[in-house]
Amino acid sequence: MASKSKESTKTTDTIKQALSKDELLTMHRQMLDIRNFDNKVNELVKRGKVPGMTHFSVGEEAASVGAIAAIGEGDLITSNHRGHGQTIAMGIDLNEMMAEILGRATGTCKGKGGSMHIADLDKGNLGANGIVGGGMGMAIGAALTQQMKKNGKIVICFFGDGAVNEGTFHETLNLASIWKLPVIFYSINNMYGISTPIKSVINIDYNYRRAASYGIPGYLIEDGNNVMDVYDRFRDVVAYVREGNGPVLVESLTYRWYGHSTSDPGKYRTKEEIDAWKKKDPILKFSKYLIDNKIATQKELDDLDKASKEAVEEAVQFAFSSPEPSLESAFEDIFAP
Amino acid sequence: MENETKLMSVRDAVIMAMSEEMRRDENVFLMGEDVGIFGGDFGTSVGMLEEFGKERVRDTPISENAISGCAIGAAMTGMRPIVDVTFMDFIVYMMDNIVNQAAKTRYMFGGKGQIPVVFRCAAGSGVGSAAQHSQSLEAWFTHIPGLKVVAPGTPADVKGLLKAAIRDNNPVIFLEYKAQYNMKGEVPLDPDFVLPLGKAEIKREGNDVTVVTYGRMLERVLKAADELAESDGVHVEVVDLRTLAPLDKETVLESVKKTGRVLLVNDAHKTGGFIGEVAAMIAESDAFDYLDSPILRLAADDIPTPYNHLLETAMVPSVERIKKYILKLVNKR
Repeated sequence: MASKSKESTKTTDTIKQALSKDELLTMHRQMLDIRNFDNKVNELVKRGKVPGMTHFSVGEEAASVGAIAAIGEGDLITSNHRGHGQTIAMGIDLNEMMAEILGRATGTCKGKGGSMHIADLDKGNLGANGIVGGGMGMAIGAALTQQMKKNGKIVICFFGDGAVNEGTFHETLNLASIWKLPVIFYSINNMYGISTPIKSVINIDYNYRRAASYGIPGYLIEDGNNVMDVYDRFRDVVAYVREGNGPVLVESLTYRWYGHSTSDPGKYRTKEEIDAWKKKDPILKFSKYLIDNKIATQKELDDLDKASKEAVEEAVQFAFSSPEPSLESAFEDIFAP
Repeated sequence: MENETKLMSVRDAVIMAMSEEMRRDENVFLMGEDVGIFGGDFGTSVGMLEEFGKERVRDTPISENAISGCAIGAAMTGMRPIVDVTFMDFIVYMMDNIVNQAAKTRYMFGGKGQIPVVFRCAAGSGVGSAAQHSQSLEAWFTHIPGLKVVAPGTPADVKGLLKAAIRDNNPVIFLEYKAQYNMKGEVPLDPDFVLPLGKAEIKREGNDVTVVTYGRMLERVLKAADELAESDGVHVEVVDLRTLAPLDKETVLESVKKTGRVLLVNDAHKTGGFIGEVAAMIAESDAFDYLDSPILRLAADDIPTPYNHLLETAMVPSVERIKKYILKLVNKR
């Protein structure tokens, strides 16, 4: 197939037809949950309550929620170290997720994985990953299973702009392309790999153009903070991949409001740059869309935010009241029976 | 059929094991470089493309990272892939997927998910393939919790253990020895002939000295033991580990307690090699009190494998050197 690289186009009318009010409000609630959850974790980090490393999705909510809204039951994702957004959008139990970040026995992974390794296999989330690009092999393998089982399910492989110069990026895109695997390679470009600007480590303007090398379609979602733009592109791409046409490479542009991790001194970005991106807040953008199009009232959205904050508070209570894992449990779960 | 055996090569035992498992379970498939029409770099999949088709005997690009990652992802979602790594040296390109992903995923996820995948590796020297195509790297993998490591030394064990590895629900590193693909032995034809992982076998009984070995060196150790029985009346007990991880400590320790002397032999480099771990395990155990001599190791020299045949041969334990080391132990009596 000839490669086609396109800019994203807005087709607001078709979206309104495609998504019900309930579905749109679910997307909004997911974005609120990501924001409120991560803000709460950040607060707990500052209070010294989080035992390990975490990476926040604040500012990038739309890029994850818009993509995951376009897939269905039985579809799969692989995630990366900045995986809270995708994990929440895939429908994880917030109580167990918070307990995992606090390292408790009731956590999603019994306190053995932490923020960087949250997986929710029952919900189709094959896991966050501590190795940059580490989920890409897993994603094409999961896609191979769907292809061999002929079940029509697809995989979204999430990674950041920092992963695109790993060797695995080339090898997995190539293999997926020649085997026509049902996988969407999705780069959430937040402009920085820790402190390194992506523009300084690739010799082209945007990574999505590399799709041409594999003979697959590549798309740029210019406003990755507009959840409807993200959804719109993904709805088309998901249909294309589900039809057996092989993989697609998608890139969305967004920004993380906080540092790379909780230990980031933040010297590489100006306050002006961060403030400018905060004005492009994905949640405010979506709120305005929902109100302007008379899909929801401000009161409805305020109620959603209130419910979200309550759910996060409940998660914190659950996590703090949960026990630490037993020392014996460290020796369990190494091998499958 | 139940007790019937046939004289066959290690190569044919590999093909038989994989083919039987692929007939038994449609989720089992083979992938790797040149496994299809070429029949595998070492001929270990000859005829399989014809029987199973290209969906289940999948030729891949030369992309070890993608091959290993893909196999692991497929395993995690319900398939049971077998990867033909070809030369074990190429597994270096797969290390992130094996060490950071496959070995740890189930643990990190709190016991959710499983990764039933086998990495078949052509290990060892002996065919003039020099430093980048001759390594036995098992010690790297025995060091990683979450991996099983298997290194059989006879065609029958190759069949029984490869089938066990394919049926196991965990990532398994499976060593075959490129110098021994033509080695022949009687192999059970029973398609239900499966050996347990994690069980060593006493390949030869004796009271004077224990030799612990595995994989390629088993053949030489057995030959040395036979010759010493004849020439010197020394009776060697040969413990074939077969599986390195999990290690069958009990069988090793029982034998050491019985003989009071132990030599450990493998074809990997001596420094940091797996037999060093076995030596430490013996020294830390109650078997230490039964020892009449220090524990001895005989391994490949700590040099990259040279190309020249004489040099290549000299760096790996020979039957003569094994005999010399055994006699060294016995003469201390």
